[in-house]
Amino acid sequence: MTGYLGGMLVILSLNIILAYAVFLPVATGQLNLGGAAFQAVGAYTAGILSAEYDAPVIVSLFAGAAVSGVISFVLALSILRTKGVYLVLATFAFAQFVSGVIINVDLLGGALGMNVPDHIDGPIIAVAAVVILLLVMLLMQARFGLAMRAIHDDDVVAGLMGIEVRITRVAAFTIGGVLAGIAGGLYAFYFNFIEVQSFDSLSSVYLLLFVLLGGTQTVWGPLVGAAFFTVVPELFRYVVAHLPVGHAASTGQLDTSWRFIILGAITVLMMVWRPEGVVTRTGLGRLLHRRVEKQA
Amino acid sequence: MTLLEISGLEVRYGRNVAVKSVDLTVADRQIVTVLGANGAGKSSLLRAIQGVVPARAGTIRFDGRDITTSDVPSRVRSGLVLVPEGRQIFVSLTVQDNLLMGAYTRHDADVTRDVEAIYTRFPNLAMRRDKLAGVLSGGEQQMLAIGRALLAKPRLMMLDEPSLGLSPLFVQRMFDLIGDLNRDGLAILLVEQNTSMALQIAERATLLELGSVLISGPSAEVGRSEMLTQAYLGAH
Repeated sequence: MTGYLGGMLVILSLNIILAYAVFLPVATGQLNLGGAAFQAVGAYTAGILSAEYDAPVIVSLFAGAAVSGVISFVLALSILRTKGVYLVLATFAFAQFVSGVIINVDLLGGALGMNVPDHIDGPIIAVAAVVILLLVMLLMQARFGLAMRAIHDDDVVAGLMGIEVRITRVAAFTIGGVLAGIAGGLYAFYFNFIEVQSFDSLSSVYLLLFVLLGGTQTVWGPLVGAAFFTVVPELFRYVVAHLPVGHAASTGQLDTSWRFIILGAITVLMMVWRPEGVVTRTGLGRLLHRRVEKQA
Repeated sequence: MTLLEISGLEVRYGRNVAVKSVDLTVADRQIVTVLGANGAGKSSLLRAIQGVVPARAGTIRFDGRDITTSDVPSRVRSGLVLVPEGRQIFVSLTVQDNLLMGAYTRHDADVTRDVEAIYTRFPNLAMRRDKLAGVLSGGEQQMLAIGRALLAKPRLMMLDEPSLGLSPLFVQRMFDLIGDLNRDGLAILLVEQNTSMALQIAERATLLELGSVLISGPSAEVGRSEMLTQAYLGAH
């Protein structure tokens, strides 16, 4: 595997894990605009343990996930009282808080970033993404997943059925935090360097976009969303460079930065045509049904 | 035997008093109806009994236990369910998953058998068990909401305006169903806009106006009372 493709696979894997980290709260009706901050918590926890205290990689990874999970839990207990746009703002504020702490604490390297000497290879990250994908699928099939979907549909009626709405929401948010923490640790050990810019608010926005545009109704949505937003911009590198409409003055080619404009346009069109996301429950049902008919 | 006993119940939303010093009892296997105009506090009363909104004053006793401060899941487990107004089913879940949500508080092995029993009672639901509940007709959605509530194995089912928005045929079927469920041993607390049918099926009736009990007694008595028209037309 070439370096470029290998790197792409790692980024894709990390984005898939992060997409599911954001998906779990969203599946209970909670928008999380602080996904990258939980990733940062995991990355810095793992990084410090490994770089400063010589902890083994696996221990550092799990510690990063645990710390991110604990912080998510404490945060969820308080901010899940808020709803809608206020919850979005609360998670966003948390992300800003994390950035502020990282920049101002010398131990964390401040604005200069931090070196993480221990390394893990790309394939391990890909395996981690597959395992997490399978675990989330199992979770959504289980009783807990059913409760999450019911809460997403109607939290009041879900409460009437005896579902512990608050506990379910806090649990979903916390598991999301753990997943983001794992992604953070993997990021730190793969790139061997972390800095606050890698986990900025734009990253959080992208994570939420993966989920919302991929589709929140089924467990496949985040996978499709993450894959789309990771792979398509890269494909555009080639497509845009080979478009026949030339840039007269220079090389006869469009500047590749046009790919972001095209991506933006596609994003808007997706929102218009597929407001519930690319993968919807009815769409998926129709697809599977058709396959069954063909076989018959 | 008294199953549900409420005394001096008060519900507030901020400064607004929705229910004030309401007394109400439902005996085992009895049908009781709560009547009153819009805004009389009927839905708030049911929501307070289920524990969705807190009781500001008064006590709620169910099956001999004081449940005034219990949370919703424990009330469901003790056999108290509310079928909310407006056919509130989970539209993006299948019919089967909707029913399973009704059994959420149960951990026994009989759930599968009980789900099949619901399908036997409602053959229309059986045919659509793998369809999303959102595609059901209004009447079927109401049947699903009741079937879902039945899966909690309730002893008292509270129904909030079950005939709302249903065709006359389905309204009749709904009341037949309520009668059937009652004969099977279920106590029912019914809030209805369809006053005449509610008075026919219920043994006792309580009439609310602006959150307070105006009159309470055997249905026939309440049905004859002048206060009934008063409560709906506001003539004083």
